[in-house]
Amino acid sequence: FPGLADVSISQDIPVEGEITVPVGSHSPDEDFSTLDEPVKDTIMRDLKAVGKKFVHVMYPRKSSALLRDWDLWGPLVLCVSLALMLQGGSADSKDDGGPQFAEVFVIIWFGAVVITLNSKLLGGTISFFQSLCVLGYCVMPLTVAMLVCRLVLLAGAGTVSFIIRLIVVGAMFAWSTLASTAFLADSQPPNRKALVVYPIFLFYFVISWMILTFTPQ
Amino acid sequence: AASRTTCRWGRAGAGGGAWRGRAGADTVCAPAQGGGSAVIDMENMDDTSGSSFEDMGEMHQRMKEEEEEEAEGEAGAGEEEDGEFLGMKGLRGQLGRQVADQMWQVGKRQASRAFSLYANIDILRPYFDVEPVQVRARLLESMIPVKMINFPQKIAGELYGPLMLVFTLVAILLHGMKTSDTIIREGTLMGTAIGTCFGYWLGVSSFMYFLAYLCNAQITMVQMLSLLGYGLFGHCITLFVTYNIHFHSLFYIFWLVVGGLSTLRMVAVLVSRTVGHTQRLILCGTLAALHMLFLLYLHFAYHKVVEGILDTLEGPNMPPFQRVARDIPVVSNAVLNTTAKAIALTL
Repeated sequence: FPGLADVSISQDIPVEGEITVPVGSHSPDEDFSTLDEPVKDTIMRDLKAVGKKFVHVMYPRKSSALLRDWDLWGPLVLCVSLALMLQGGSADSKDDGGPQFAEVFVIIWFGAVVITLNSKLLGGTISFFQSLCVLGYCVMPLTVAMLVCRLVLLAGAGTVSFIIRLIVVGAMFAWSTLASTAFLADSQPPNRKALVVYPIFLFYFVISWMILTFTPQ
Repeated sequence: AASRTTCRWGRAGAGGGAWRGRAGADTVCAPAQGGGSAVIDMENMDDTSGSSFEDMGEMHQRMKEEEEEEAEGEAGAGEEEDGEFLGMKGLRGQLGRQVADQMWQVGKRQASRAFSLYANIDILRPYFDVEPVQVRARLLESMIPVKMINFPQKIAGELYGPLMLVFTLVAILLHGMKTSDTIIREGTLMGTAIGTCFGYWLGVSSFMYFLAYLCNAQITMVQMLSLLGYGLFGHCITLFVTYNIHFHSLFYIFWLVVGGLSTLRMVAVLVSRTVGHTQRLILCGTLAALHMLFLLYLHFAYHKVVEGILDTLEGPNMPPFQRVARDIPVVSNAVLNTTAKAIALTL
């Protein structure tokens, strides 16, 4: 490079600059303003985000809002409420409660983790927590089914109530599976969708089974 | 000025350049706390024993503000030299060590976290690289015994199909336990089902792999897991049908036909990979026995016993296994006979 031989840098030109790394995607002023805002605003914002996701589950459309801003508040609330409602369904009133709640909790989260790992191993582009978020939110129809089952069981526990419960739980199970498939299957290569949908089907089947076999004492 | 979180380095020295990527990414760059004096005390600058990263940032910000205020060349030139001198000197002290240590820890933590997460997943990734067509083909093949046993048969080392089959078996067991009207807490039911199925798959695979190692059979652990897992397809079909249609004779037919076919397939594949008559006998006998007995166990331990249920309705405290205790002596002879015949057949 002959042209560069003439380039000379004067010694007294300082090398200066600014190292300004953006902290997050917003300017720092906004971070400070969220610290200064009243707690009610923060809570309302989070509640609105959670509520928006619930609406997305109710009407499953291909939207990326559920995936983009994942949070685990909704799954936690749903899981805890489902486990609480499934408590007290054993015939023994002496030593129920503890293990049952823990078993439901563990099964939901362990199942969700297994499905997420499976979809990642199959080459999915979704991240770990996004998948957990979607699976947790799609438990909502089954929680509604649990509520309905409890109400129906208040009226009586005969064959008619069993048929009603079967229909309700079956419908909600299909809804859950379709809702989660609508979100998760898109992140897979197109020829492997069936491989990802099947464990989700099994997972919601097990939860539906737990709901259907619930008999209060 | 107090709300700025950017770290402004007036003169980027050699050490400051290395910080470019990290500055602002965590909380090290604290905002400047108020204005500074016009004169910088050089003795304080030299005090590196207690200076922290934040103080350095603050001091530099103060310096930068003074430069902006003055807007003259001469004072700025003087400050510049001092600033550069300061930067180099400050780095070499304890501050430099602290920062380097901090960066090292953060980097190490991130790297080890990323490595453990991605390395663990990547180890298993090749075993999940399947297409639905392949899975379906392998499921159907698991029921077809191969004829050629003189040539080592190929076993696909795949874990997706077996894992899904184990979970399906768990689901079918749960469904079967419900149709048997056993009043048990769902928690222990679930734990029992999962423990049984996974225990069988992993435990028997390990045991068979150990035996294969003793008998010099050419099979790897993943292949063994895969073979046994696909053999559970027969179990799933049998249990699914017989939990809904409660006939003992139907169960025995299914046990022999479906269970026998999948056992034959597994046995043939193992035989093709072993040399020596004694070794073949040991391996295949053990596998056939365990496989068929597991199906029997699943059926009788979890199956609704029509004859015994009226007698055993002694209350909700009855654990499930006692329900079938009455039935077993009745059919035990038949069971033993058919088991012996099945083993003789497979050998």
